[in-house]
Amino acid sequence: MTGEPWLEHNLTHEEYLKILDLMKREPNHLELALFGVMWSEHCGYKNSKAHLKKLPTKGPAVLQGPGENAGVVDLGDGLAVAFKMESHNHPSAIEPYQGAATGVGGIIRDVFAMGARPIASLDSLRFGDLTLPKTRRLLHGVVAGIGGYGNCIGIPTVGGEAFFHPSFNGNPLVNAMCLGLLRSDRIFKGQAAGLGNSVMLVGARTGRDGVKGASFASEELSADDPDKRPNVQVGDPFMEKLLLEALLEILDQDLVVGLQDLGAAGLTSASVEMAGRAGNGLRLDLEKVPLRETGLAPWEIMLSESQERTLLVIEPAKVPEVMAIFAKWDLLAVPVGEVTAGGDFEIRLNGETLARVPASFLTEEVPIYNRESQEPAYYAERKKADLTAINAYADFGDLLTKLLGSPNLCSRAFIYEQYDFMVGLNTVIRPGGDGALLRLPNSSKGLAIAVDGDSRKVFLDPYLGAAHSVAEAALNVAVTGARPLALTNCLNFGNPEDPEIYWQFTKATDGLAKAALELETPVTGGNVSFYNERDGEAIYPTPTIGVVGLLTDLSRRLTHEFKAPEDLAFLLGESLEELGASEAHYFLTGRDEGPVPSLNLGHVKNLCRLLETLAAEGLLQSAHDCSLGGLAVALAESALAGKLGLTAKWSGPISPGAAYFGESAGRVVVTLTPANRAPFLDFCARYALPVTELGVVGGDNLDLTYNDKTIKVSLEILRKAYYDSLAILAAL
Amino acid sequence: MKAAVVVFPGSNCDQDCRRSLLATIGVEADLVWHKESQLPNYDFVILPGGFSYGDYLRCGAIARFSPVMAEVARLAKRGSLVLGVCNGFQILLEASLLPGALLKNHGLKYICRDVRLRVETANSPFTSLYAKHSLLTIPISHGEGSYSASPKDLQRLKDEDRVAFRYATDDGTVDFNAAPNGSIEAIAGILNEKRNVLGLMPHPERLAEPELGGTDGRPLFEAVFQALGGLS
Repeated sequence: MTGEPWLEHNLTHEEYLKILDLMKREPNHLELALFGVMWSEHCGYKNSKAHLKKLPTKGPAVLQGPGENAGVVDLGDGLAVAFKMESHNHPSAIEPYQGAATGVGGIIRDVFAMGARPIASLDSLRFGDLTLPKTRRLLHGVVAGIGGYGNCIGIPTVGGEAFFHPSFNGNPLVNAMCLGLLRSDRIFKGQAAGLGNSVMLVGARTGRDGVKGASFASEELSADDPDKRPNVQVGDPFMEKLLLEALLEILDQDLVVGLQDLGAAGLTSASVEMAGRAGNGLRLDLEKVPLRETGLAPWEIMLSESQERTLLVIEPAKVPEVMAIFAKWDLLAVPVGEVTAGGDFEIRLNGETLARVPASFLTEEVPIYNRESQEPAYYAERKKADLTAINAYADFGDLLTKLLGSPNLCSRAFIYEQYDFMVGLNTVIRPGGDGALLRLPNSSKGLAIAVDGDSRKVFLDPYLGAAHSVAEAALNVAVTGARPLALTNCLNFGNPEDPEIYWQFTKATDGLAKAALELETPVTGGNVSFYNERDGEAIYPTPTIGVVGLLTDLSRRLTHEFKAPEDLAFLLGESLEELGASEAHYFLTGRDEGPVPSLNLGHVKNLCRLLETLAAEGLLQSAHDCSLGGLAVALAESALAGKLGLTAKWSGPISPGAAYFGESAGRVVVTLTPANRAPFLDFCARYALPVTELGVVGGDNLDLTYNDKTIKVSLEILRKAYYDSLAILAAL
Repeated sequence: MKAAVVVFPGSNCDQDCRRSLLATIGVEADLVWHKESQLPNYDFVILPGGFSYGDYLRCGAIARFSPVMAEVARLAKRGSLVLGVCNGFQILLEASLLPGALLKNHGLKYICRDVRLRVETANSPFTSLYAKHSLLTIPISHGEGSYSASPKDLQRLKDEDRVAFRYATDDGTVDFNAAPNGSIEAIAGILNEKRNVLGLMPHPERLAEPELGGTDGRPLFEAVFQALGGLS
């Protein structure tokens, strides 16, 4: 081979030598392309695998851990939930509508590839400074894209989060999560089992869109991005709706041996992974692949990321039945290959072999890098900070009002009202509070879900910040009364070849592992997104955590809004003198600094169990997680949602700024009827949780007095700030 | 009564409508595939919400050519009750079973939220259990729900008391600002001349069970049930 062709496939010289060593010959161009995508970070996790091994993946409820299209967790009564989260950051940076839309489409296919009917999606979004026109354009495009896909296919988008920070100016984050229901005894896998079985490609035709998308995801963004638009796929939710219905129909009729979504690296990744998992070989006959246009080269067919396609392994005798069902839905279902003995992945065109590589070379022999890691200077420097700004602010009522109208704390209605969050008739707790809650068919149970990340805290302290993110997502599920069961994640970082970025990644995965273990929420899968940089500027590291939980009795669910006058408000958990890494400090100073609040994971776990017990006992009227913005913001949110004020007076040893706006971890605001006061306090004591009585619900004001510092603001003023802001801030 | 929910490719509220009928009035509706060209004489037919054919063209513009639509027209003529919700309403307009058109929301964005509706007439088999001018909370979820009609059609609708629902504010005011999508005269739903075909953008099936946050949609199905003589 002349030149250094491996470079154009994003392979290093050393990696090429390893390929030569494995193959005992020079690979041809097509074979090299296969290695290029399968060994990319996106498909092969070569930079992350060494650390992903640290994550706890087993638990009593886990039916399927990492490695399949999605994780699966048992819900009892023969029912299970399949769920996964994935990033679509780079495509969304370049073409926000299609980038976000196809992110949703891809994660939905991952879920139905397990044999599950998708029932809900969530989205975790991060954008740059909202005052920049580019940020607003991205926000509009991404939200419209998520809605365009989810609304059309009829899967409700029930929750999510959005965060704005200049570190995302050049590289937004779009993480989509999907959940689906399936029978716990009928989990389908992406395995090419059964020699001689037919490999069928179903759904859309293959075109040139998204060719090399996986490699593109494994590079940094730069100024020539517009040229990369052909790397972005185009979504067709209508096609996917038909594909979903047809697939569920053939699954119902037991016609399927294995199935696999075509996502990153398209036909290559799907077929190689299916063969690899089963330990079999697989042959593709490219002339049989239905094409959208003529003249596609074999490598283009193999690397196309055209959407809405799925690969099936079907027993030969059942192929006609499968074709008939797809025909009913006006869809193509074409045998394009066969499961073979020997373990080779072979690509043929009109009988001629174009590539032949043992599948295990592509899946098992991916080089694993535990890269150089170095603590960045900022880590120690930013801990030493002047945190007096909040306490120096004279009018806390004014500060609260301004915070509630700020990009990171104002109502997300502008976003979620563009999503159909009700279709399917299962959404019991809608977006706007903490976690979402779905009812389960023919059951009194509920499924709670939340996604969370905390970019600022992870940046300042990756270990602690990642653990905070897990705790926060778990608490958002627990405040509905549900027990957190398991989690999925999306790990968004900069370039792993930079030792300081790799240090962030290493520390964050340590923190994630620790928190998942302590909170008994094993990791059932996830996704790593590196190279989130533009022109050398990395994003704030952001592990996004999606937690699912089970509520045994839907009628005992808790929501965040204040319910009735005369109810008593309490704070569960402890407020400390912790002003570092807070939204309020950032709002006032523009600086992310100070020590990240401490985190007692044992305490958070107790808090989760206490909430579950209090909900089951019917002792609470409302529960709301206290996080970004601190206690004052949490109280205002519950008051606004319930259209009821609060009069509270309490005291403590910390400064008023910390009491109102500090972000101490593991705190929840609850309200209860006066009659339940004694049993409530009794349960808190049993779980050894500190509890502070705040005051009484009612009236039209938020009237708070901590020591002698007061906040008195009318709900009308807060309402205007909270509900109207995002649409105004985001106006094009 | 015999009920059917029509399934177009891309319908996504078909199962919801079926489930809601079962939950509210205990009726098990048949799901009817859009390629059917002969239907039994159903008493009640729902064209559900969704994105028929992806709605990549004008909403409902392709679905109206589905074979089943001739049968829907036949049943409407025969006096069966026909309800079009959201995309179903769009299809009824495209099929000329109701007058007017639905345009893109005036804010150009998709909107999913609970809205207030004022019942404009109790004189129909769908609205007979609501008091005239009572206020309901029912969700909308659409990108193209801004109702429009020619001045002549609009006048007729009003003269013949065929505006079934209008959007309202929380205090019951009905004006242009009350319509989240810019609908002319805040119109949310209309009836045909014989009052047996109703099209509306809001989704009554979505707030018909307490767990989902409200039951204001329920009397619509109960009224249909009553009009059709119950389960007989």
